[in-house]
Amino acid sequence: MVAHLLSLRLLVLRNTLARSPWQLVAVIAGGIYGVGILAVVFVGLAFLGSAPVGLIKTIVVLAGSATLLGWAIVPLLASGIDQTLSVARLKIFPLAPTRLVAALAVCGLLGIPGAVTLLAGLFTAATWWRQPGIALVALLVATLAVLTCVCASRMIESLNAGLSAHRRYREISGILLLIPLLLLGPAITVLAQGLRGAAATLPVLAEGLSWSPLGAAWSVPSDIALGHPGTAALKLLIALATLAIVVVVWRRSLATALVSTQQPASKSAAAGDIGLFARLPATPTGAVAARALTYWIRDPRYSRQLILIPIFPILLFVNSRTLDLPGLVTASGPVVAVLVSLSIFTDLSYDSTAFAAHLSAGLPGRADRAGRVIAVASFAVPIVVAITVGSVAVAGSWSSLPALLGLSLGMLLTGLGLSSVSSARIVLPVPAPGDSPFAAKTGAGFTTSVTTFATWGVLLLLSLPEIVLAVVAGATGSALLGAITLMVGLGLGATLLVNGVRIGGRELDRRGPDLLARLRVQR
Amino acid sequence: MRLLDSVAPSRPSGDTGTPALGIRGLAKRFGEKVAVQGLDLEVPAGSFFGLVGPNGAGKTTTLSMATGLLRPDAGEIRILGTDVWADPTAAKRLVGVLSDGIALFDRLSGEQLITYHGLLNGMDRETVKTRTRDLLDLLDMNEAAGKLVVDYSAGMTKKIALATALVHAPRLLVLDEPFESVDPVSAANIRDILHGYVESGGTVIVSSHAMDMVQRMCDHVAIIASGRVLTSGTVDEVRGGRDLEDVFVDLVGGRHHTRGPEWLRTS
Repeated sequence: MVAHLLSLRLLVLRNTLARSPWQLVAVIAGGIYGVGILAVVFVGLAFLGSAPVGLIKTIVVLAGSATLLGWAIVPLLASGIDQTLSVARLKIFPLAPTRLVAALAVCGLLGIPGAVTLLAGLFTAATWWRQPGIALVALLVATLAVLTCVCASRMIESLNAGLSAHRRYREISGILLLIPLLLLGPAITVLAQGLRGAAATLPVLAEGLSWSPLGAAWSVPSDIALGHPGTAALKLLIALATLAIVVVVWRRSLATALVSTQQPASKSAAAGDIGLFARLPATPTGAVAARALTYWIRDPRYSRQLILIPIFPILLFVNSRTLDLPGLVTASGPVVAVLVSLSIFTDLSYDSTAFAAHLSAGLPGRADRAGRVIAVASFAVPIVVAITVGSVAVAGSWSSLPALLGLSLGMLLTGLGLSSVSSARIVLPVPAPGDSPFAAKTGAGFTTSVTTFATWGVLLLLSLPEIVLAVVAGATGSALLGAITLMVGLGLGATLLVNGVRIGGRELDRRGPDLLARLRVQR
Repeated sequence: MRLLDSVAPSRPSGDTGTPALGIRGLAKRFGEKVAVQGLDLEVPAGSFFGLVGPNGAGKTTTLSMATGLLRPDAGEIRILGTDVWADPTAAKRLVGVLSDGIALFDRLSGEQLITYHGLLNGMDRETVKTRTRDLLDLLDMNEAAGKLVVDYSAGMTKKIALATALVHAPRLLVLDEPFESVDPVSAANIRDILHGYVESGGTVIVSSHAMDMVQRMCDHVAIIASGRVLTSGTVDEVRGGRDLEDVFVDLVGGRHHTRGPEWLRTS
């Protein structure tokens, strides 16, 4: 049974790879990356062996606790990371919950993230290469701790599955959880300033964590090395109890999940209420814009990107304070302009085969392109202007406003034009409609990153004139150059946008059916 | 039930000799796999045409190519005389499509989705509004009009997809598996709508596995297998007095006379 599920899992992976050689390349690249990280961890831990035991304890316990916490949080962010073995799919088979727990735990350990964590955990034994006895203990507790990671992750996923029967809850919770994570960086920067003098608190924190379920297992070897076998035994007990509780809770929630079905939500608009379709012009272009805007609000794959808009100015603001570079915050406008305009660079992939609707209606490619651009521009232009003006007000450098506005709006318009062309050419593996926006397809990460960076590069090249002008205007403080930047940004941006829509539209007219065929494969 | 006037197809003008769909020498392959090879098919205007064939016979591929959604490798397709791949825009205006295995913009409510399809076809706001209301009435979907399509059951999704195919009052309706997972009452209602549509001058092509239903519902039928038309004509011609299902099984072959393995017999 365990072997069956495991071979099913590997078979699915192999078949996914067989569908596209590029995914294979991506997986191999990912594998090399993972191996590289592991090698660094191994060397680091081996060197740590010559450090004082107290330091080893602090580092291993902190890293170990963070790992367990990470495993527990991930399922909240990405419901259905591993759709292959989701409870919903296994529900139909006559499987006893206990055996299912065992099978899923083994599969989790032997999946790629599980295996990497397990290896990294086992490497902690390398720290103790001078004392083979302790190294053996380290191997055992590391296995125990990693098993706890996997089971805790599955437990949270299973508990969450019960709550998230409502689609809307599922979508919103995933996105809201993203905010604290994104703000973790600035929060740490702020905290670190306070902590800089108090590096002594870290050992205290580690000592505390080592008595908690998070870090207990990881501190067992160092407690033995410190000559506290009693403490070590107690902590081992805590670790074992943690695993036992996690497995019991997981098993119970699994047993419940196996016999319940998801209830569809039932929110309903009043008759005749067609939302944005009634407000935008009743033309094909207007309809596409209304549809796209509705998706920006309702589809988490889109709305997730909106969260990045306030995050970046905050990040830049914090950094401009801590680094003592007041001008840094004025980069907010251009950065947000780039992010928002390129958020639709592979918009067709998000449509999936629903794009067939445009094709069977014989919709002119230009109307399709223009509609999507109008939807984004309708909120992006005011936001980018507001952020640019706001950042200038914060930095107190009103004289640089024209140049910055020229740069921001120029990049926004250019980016929208670029997206119009790229999304008529590029079809990427993205989360399907209704999937979690974070549920990456195997190998998608690599292809998507390469394409994304390439698009960013092209955008930088296309907006080089206003970038150079804005930099020179900023350096010289010339008001005339500032005004010229504004004119060039608006003029060049608008020209590129119009041409982008035209070229993208022609591309769509010519190759629409072929794009649909590629979207079909993607499903 | 008669088809509501607002979505009835305009009467064919004059030449009734032109077939609603004429396919000659159609071919398509996906890599090694040949999906359609040299398929010829003629669907007379004003007919209720059933397209039947086993799984993987090439029904969906053929219908996708006929409606301009998939580029053929070779062959000619004409809808009411218009070459689909030479003048796709004109051809698409004449045809309404319900595809199998194609996603919908399912974050829209049912009402929004029909409106969207109407507007995409370049219709004005008032017409779209009237037709949307008529179609929701017709398909008995007023209850669910405001719900998101993603929350619909499979049968309701089929019905809303049918509505989007009808909204621009096409002269030819191409429906790929329209009755799959639709409950019997809704299926009967849809059949009435389709009959009304044919009576008022439209042409319907339906692909299906359900022989029984095709035999009762359609007046013409073609049996295709392995990407070829095995036989085609009026239902009575093809049947030759026998049951359509028997004719189909004889033609296509592959019927086993076995009662399954020993262990599956419980007594």
